[in-house]
Amino acid sequence: MSHPAVPALEARSITKIFPGVVANQEVSLQVHAGEILALLGENGAGKSTLMNVLFGLYHPTQGEIWVDGRPVTLKTPRDAIALGIGMVHQHFQLVPVMTVIDNIMLGDEPIRYGLLDRRHAEERIRALSHQYGLAVDPHSVIEDLPVGIRQRVEILKALYRNAKILILDEPTAVLTPQEIEGLFAVMETLKRQGKAMIFITHKLKEVLRIADRILVLRGGRVVGAADPQTATQSQLAALMVGREVILTVEKGAARPGAAVLEVTDLQAKNDLGEPALRGVSLQVRAGEIVGVAGVQGNGQTELVEVITGLRRASGGQVRIGGVDRTHASPGQITHAGHCSHVPEDRHAYGMVDSYTVADNLILNQYAQPPFARAATIQQAAIAEHAEKLVKKFDVRTPSIETPGGSLSGGNQQKMVVAREFSRPIQLLIAAQPTRGIDVGSIEFIHQQIVAKRDEGVAVLLVSAELDEILALSDRIAVIYQGRILDVVDRAAATREGLGLLMAGVKAEPT
Amino acid sequence: MGNRLLRGTSLLAMFLAVAAVAMTLLVNTTSLGEHPWLRVFFSVSALNFTLRASVPLILGALCGILCERTGIVNIGIEGMMLAGAFAAFVAKTSTNDWPLLASLLFGVGVSLAVGGAMGLLHALFSIRYRMDQIISGTVLIVLAAGISAYLFDRDAVAEGKFGAIALPGLSQIPVFGEVFFSNPPLTYLALLLVIVVHVALFSSRWGVRTRACGEHPRAADTVGIDVNRFRYVNTMLGGMLAGLAGGFLVLEAVGQFQEGMTAGRGFISLAAMIFGNWMPFGAMAAALLFGYTQALQNELLLAGITTVPRQFVSMIPYVVTIVAVSGFVGRVRPPAAEGKVYETESGSE
Amino acid sequence: MHIFSLRRAGQLLVVPILAVFSALLVGALLMWLFGDDPLAAYRGLWEGAFGSPRAWSTTVRKMTPLILTGLSVSIAFKAGLFNIGASGQFVVGTVCSVAVGVNFEGMPAHLLLALLAGVGGGVLWGLIPGLLKVFTGAHEVIVTIMLNYVASLFAAWTVYAGGTQGQTPGPLWDVNAGPISRTAEVLASARLPWIFGEPYRVHWGVLLAIGVALAMWWLIFKTTLGFATRTVGANSKAARYAGINVRWITVLTLMIAGGVAGLAGAIETLGLNHRFAPEFTGGVGFDGITVALLGQTNPLGVLLSAFLLGALDAGSARMQFDSGVAADIIQVIQALVLAFVAAPAIIRQLYRLRKPGDLSESTVFSSGWGR
Repeated sequence: MSHPAVPALEARSITKIFPGVVANQEVSLQVHAGEILALLGENGAGKSTLMNVLFGLYHPTQGEIWVDGRPVTLKTPRDAIALGIGMVHQHFQLVPVMTVIDNIMLGDEPIRYGLLDRRHAEERIRALSHQYGLAVDPHSVIEDLPVGIRQRVEILKALYRNAKILILDEPTAVLTPQEIEGLFAVMETLKRQGKAMIFITHKLKEVLRIADRILVLRGGRVVGAADPQTATQSQLAALMVGREVILTVEKGAARPGAAVLEVTDLQAKNDLGEPALRGVSLQVRAGEIVGVAGVQGNGQTELVEVITGLRRASGGQVRIGGVDRTHASPGQITHAGHCSHVPEDRHAYGMVDSYTVADNLILNQYAQPPFARAATIQQAAIAEHAEKLVKKFDVRTPSIETPGGSLSGGNQQKMVVAREFSRPIQLLIAAQPTRGIDVGSIEFIHQQIVAKRDEGVAVLLVSAELDEILALSDRIAVIYQGRILDVVDRAAATREGLGLLMAGVKAEPT
Repeated sequence: MGNRLLRGTSLLAMFLAVAAVAMTLLVNTTSLGEHPWLRVFFSVSALNFTLRASVPLILGALCGILCERTGIVNIGIEGMMLAGAFAAFVAKTSTNDWPLLASLLFGVGVSLAVGGAMGLLHALFSIRYRMDQIISGTVLIVLAAGISAYLFDRDAVAEGKFGAIALPGLSQIPVFGEVFFSNPPLTYLALLLVIVVHVALFSSRWGVRTRACGEHPRAADTVGIDVNRFRYVNTMLGGMLAGLAGGFLVLEAVGQFQEGMTAGRGFISLAAMIFGNWMPFGAMAAALLFGYTQALQNELLLAGITTVPRQFVSMIPYVVTIVAVSGFVGRVRPPAAEGKVYETESGSE
Repeated sequence: MHIFSLRRAGQLLVVPILAVFSALLVGALLMWLFGDDPLAAYRGLWEGAFGSPRAWSTTVRKMTPLILTGLSVSIAFKAGLFNIGASGQFVVGTVCSVAVGVNFEGMPAHLLLALLAGVGGGVLWGLIPGLLKVFTGAHEVIVTIMLNYVASLFAAWTVYAGGTQGQTPGPLWDVNAGPISRTAEVLASARLPWIFGEPYRVHWGVLLAIGVALAMWWLIFKTTLGFATRTVGANSKAARYAGINVRWITVLTLMIAGGVAGLAGAIETLGLNHRFAPEFTGGVGFDGITVALLGQTNPLGVLLSAFLLGALDAGSARMQFDSGVAADIIQVIQALVLAFVAAPAIIRQLYRLRKPGDLSESTVFSSGWGR
């Protein structure tokens, strides 16, 4: 592929140091007009820091940024925008209660007679969506739109500001395989029209599918470049994590026993009062792992919350170990139901940041003996328990008196896992058990989950990572718009088949 | 979410308003006016008093809207108001020898300035020094009460206050002319400000940016809007409105200053803001309702109805506030980001 | 939980001490600015608070209700609730204890019953915002503030002397008081006895208050209920996850907070004033906020800060008498103390202190008005 001599955007040996942490070290990259550069790296590799530097949100400690062959200084996003740099954020930067028009024009509003000229903005948006094939109704309110459309609004927002260089930060994380194809089509269009794009991801397949060039980032440095024509997934994976990774988890065949969790026609509403579960039925037997696959926001969160008593069911039944626990409290389910729950958002539910590691390790057992006697907290028993678990689960902490919130993400998660895996249970609910943590911790937690299964615990695994579901599950349930569309045996499951189910397409029996 | 309910509520409010207007016309122009209880509820003086009692609540609620729409919770309205009132009083008493209008306008100016300074203090505390915003508001209240008590010269007398200006023509309309178009200047100003704030909030560049800061500051930041600058400016503007509310009490309503004279109006404003779903007109409607409860209290005394102890009558505004807050929180929707310190990505470097 | 570790105690005390020091400094600046003599004022303040046994007794007397209202605000803070309603709870507690104290002559355990009545009144006044918060989502800040006004109007009515237009007097009005709105004196059997009688007037209430503080410390840090309460305050979602009934803890905490503030009212009346008149409803409730924050919401810290603010209060009369500086300056100084302890960043910036390394338990109230 031939490029104009001058790159649209160039980073020259960028170093970014936070107090105590080198986030980026001498990172250089170039991207040309009409080109898609993929930036590959696992969580914590420094991708986001680099992008924030390129978008003016962080200031590099050392190094230079060149745009169209000239060195530039980016003090704020405003400077970056003015130079034609646009960013499509992983977490959409859209105001939920405002319309598409208001969101897109925000910060660059056309004015007429001193007031907003919404009609003018609307015309521009319509023209842009036509030009790039990004259909969206300018008058709809963001919170009413599905995720795929919101992403289009994010892209339009950058184009509205005449972006020539688009940074797409993990844009496929929240999309179905089919929506991802749609996004790739848009990216191809943008490429043909001469936009330069930086595509950030940790998904190998997508990189090989869409990128023109690949840079791999690890530990804040560029550790390699690859050509998607010739590179393979396992090469890229090895570059990304620095060693050959085991993409599969070692486990034997499941020996399922009696049903422990029986969910029948379960219904529940989400926080906005809309139906989120529309009759979910599901069984998990002792000694097996059932994975729930699905695009985020199809009722997984609500399903876990209803089973664990954190959300009220509006219909249906949940039985745990043969006992009806549909309207039981979280405490009853934990203790009487012998159930453990690794919550999907550990900062919201799983731990108290300001509490010590020791207190976090008894968070949901604080009133149980030996940690409490006669309604009095037993400090010594709690400390002993903590020392034991910290060692057993390899939680790296200066001491058990350290606030849980000051540990690294992986160690926080190990702390939560330690608490939930260290008491006799019949049912384990693990929601996104490895989200946002390092590879080492992921492997450890996967092994622990399999170990629980082999002890005869029924495991319900909910994950947005299809790879995780495929690696761990014995059976896979696909959830779509609050219903279980199908349950397939792991042996019979294919990525493509699951992808279609996740998009709501159920194959007719042939 | 709750939109249908809100729509239902505004329909009900509209119906009640029409009914009240009809009753007012009847009571004040027909023989229905001879019935004492009807006079208590619908006489021109009751409505006049309602409007007068509502003005500080309207201004206070607008102050709350400006602050909270950018994401700053403000329970210090009470303190801002008290500071504005005291400042207006000091300004007025020290310029008693000026021409009346000049002296009064000077008072208005000083109350605006001091209110704005209180707003700046609140913004500094809550943005720069990361004080919890509710505690910061509490500090403003205690500070205003303390300083006004410490500096209050109990012998000082403010001479004169704003008088009514009858708008030519409009004030001749029966009943309405008397209620709406024969008022002193700050009352007109407050009503005008409701319209101004509404238009500015929803149809100006400042407004759309302000709302973005209150709902999703990071989104605003990533398109180059300086979130904290907006928060500083709007909290100061809000403080000026609360200061003006205090100025109104001294320069237009009472004519003098008393310790603690705001008597919870700042808090009731806050309730009016919530009740009105952070909308200027909604807040005005709520303020008028609260003002009406105060008017009733007055009318009952005037009518010599003593069967209900006056302390219980005086409780009405406070009890109505509790009922309103209990009934409407959860159905209205506050700005999503309010009360949270916004850290820019670069700020956390 | 190194409550008694010296280093940690030092860390905890630095900001409050510097906050008080800075507030006194700024207060002096203000006095100087407005033509008062700060040195004379502070000399008078010291004399009035610590200059003589009588001064000490005044300090102790002023400290007593502050301990309890400070505890009331503190325990609510622990559960993530902001109780601005301590003054209303105080007033209702006062009225209830007086109602028992002036009646029931010859009743056994009269004093205990009168104290319990005060606690009960406060509990009731805390129960209202608790229930409203849990069942309707009404923010406790607005509800408790409104209840403060309702409480003082209600109290005023109970002792109302009646009016010239035939208004009926309130139920607790002393028929012998003529046109004065106040209650009769509390019967001797319902009074808290003196520890030191006239002229010192120190009653057993102070020991009761200290006892409540110690009990509260034990409750918060050593019991499962305290653990649950702190968890609700630190992260209410995690509390639900941990099997804690957040609604119940919210209601219960506000009831306890109300009860303690109500006890403050009862102790003031049964120990000191021996009657109630509307003008007795001072600012002890708002002062409780300052006491609680200055004491870092720790019951033991509350003892210290109540002593300090009690001393400020005790010295203010002598200060005004000696130096002619209006006693209201004390309120300004208290507001400054509150500002400085609530924003340690100011103190750290002023004195170039380093930020403490660990996350201290902080509470956020101001995230919206409900839900």
